[in-house]
Amino acid sequence: MPSPRYHREIPARYRLEAGKCSDCGKVLYPARKVCPACRSQEMEKVNLSPKGTVVTSTVIHVPPDEFLNEAPYAMAVVETPEGARFMTQVVDCDPATVGPGMELDLEFRLIQKEGNSGILCYGHKGVPA
Amino acid sequence: MREVAVIGVGMTKFGELWDMSLRDLFVEAALSAIKSAGTDSIDSIYVGNMSGGQFVGQEHLGPLMADHLGLGGVPAARVESACASGGMALRSAYLEVASGMSDLVLAAGVEKMNDGADVTGVLATASDQEEEVYYGVTFPGLYAMIARAHMEKYGTTEEDLSWVSVKAHRNGAKNPHAQFRRVMSLEDVMTSSVVAEPLRLLHCSPVTDGAAAILLCPLDRASEFTDKPVKILASGAATSSLTLADRADPADLDVVELSGNRAYEMAGVTSDDIDVAEVHDCFAIAEICCCEALGFVEKGAGKDAAKNGVTDLGGKIPVNVSGGLKSKGHPVGATGIAQAVTVIEQLKGEGGEVQVEGAEIGLAQNMGGSGASSVVHIFQGV
Repeated sequence: MPSPRYHREIPARYRLEAGKCSDCGKVLYPARKVCPACRSQEMEKVNLSPKGTVVTSTVIHVPPDEFLNEAPYAMAVVETPEGARFMTQVVDCDPATVGPGMELDLEFRLIQKEGNSGILCYGHKGVPA
Repeated sequence: MREVAVIGVGMTKFGELWDMSLRDLFVEAALSAIKSAGTDSIDSIYVGNMSGGQFVGQEHLGPLMADHLGLGGVPAARVESACASGGMALRSAYLEVASGMSDLVLAAGVEKMNDGADVTGVLATASDQEEEVYYGVTFPGLYAMIARAHMEKYGTTEEDLSWVSVKAHRNGAKNPHAQFRRVMSLEDVMTSSVVAEPLRLLHCSPVTDGAAAILLCPLDRASEFTDKPVKILASGAATSSLTLADRADPADLDVVELSGNRAYEMAGVTSDDIDVAEVHDCFAIAEICCCEALGFVEKGAGKDAAKNGVTDLGGKIPVNVSGGLKSKGHPVGATGIAQAVTVIEQLKGEGGEVQVEGAEIGLAQNMGGSGASSVVHIFQGV
């Protein structure tokens, strides 16, 4: 991701800031202006708990260039206790052990490096709870 | 709305076509469609293309292709909806004829993928760059997660996925346009290299160059151009979230069900009326999910459909008699048009070795992203 775009993502990626629809209660991560469930524009800010459960997962054997040195690695859609769902890598374990129902802690980690002279890109990764 | 007919179709060979450029591919398919209708008058052009800009560094395909067809001056624009670009181009052309705005409208899809681009990276732009790609997921990875969710929910197995690929290659081996005209055994599929668990290489569609074209006109003028017009009964389209995480259930492709139901309603038919179908099998799991979403089988029964012959030639509902994206190839922007070409040929009785006997109504379903967009067209022989 080009550097100018990166700073906009910091609240969500660094602090797990999410939006909660004031009308229907749906939790949206990252936050949005309009609730996709009820179209309300009344939102409040919530911070997600740094833990989640695997909804579905895979192990990437043929990675993008930026992740070449990490393959094979596990990716999962996780759901936090607040009901937010998002994509994350699952690390610090045998990728083959990652599957639906697995409990994770979400830890602040380096995600990727932007080229040779670009910035370091951070975010959260899942580790077994 | 006027009734609309297909009066001409054309397509290139699909494959690694190193001697042909993006424009060469387009012109060959488009000229073939125009020639088959015996006309040289075109009122408007829609170019289905996912990413000429990233694959070969070329945007602004509408005027480029019109000029290279010798049709400079004609209105032309590119339509993009990732891998559903072709289907959406067809829908745009259909709407322009149905509205009464124009009579002879060309919808042609094209993609040149084998020209040195980072194909995996380009395809990943059809998913969410900020919420998915950033964290290291690939496009096969997203469908692998759909597959694993389907396995968890319905008990689908890797062997079930593999039978879809076996069927695809059995059909594609008979398709002169197909990229991989060869039969694959269950063992071939199940021992191919792992791309993203549980998907192996032979559960994935290939990287393909190709183009396909369809010429439309009002049904009441179709007899001027062809003895065998095929009527477009319906066009149904839908969208969902780009992100897999935001779907109601990652095991189901809701967007396909929504687009299919809109098309069925518009056509006044049900899934039982469909005699032949081409669905978007970019990965083996996608054919299973699409067959369920379109109502060809019950939810959860898609896993057995290829294995038990339900979706095979001679089965209850033959699916992807062309070999599908898996064997025929998947030049992303061309795919939606090529699927429709196969269905149209079937309804004209020109399906060759894979002709479905007595096929009267056919369906083509084209999908973008990991199930973020879908467009369904239903056709009927006249």
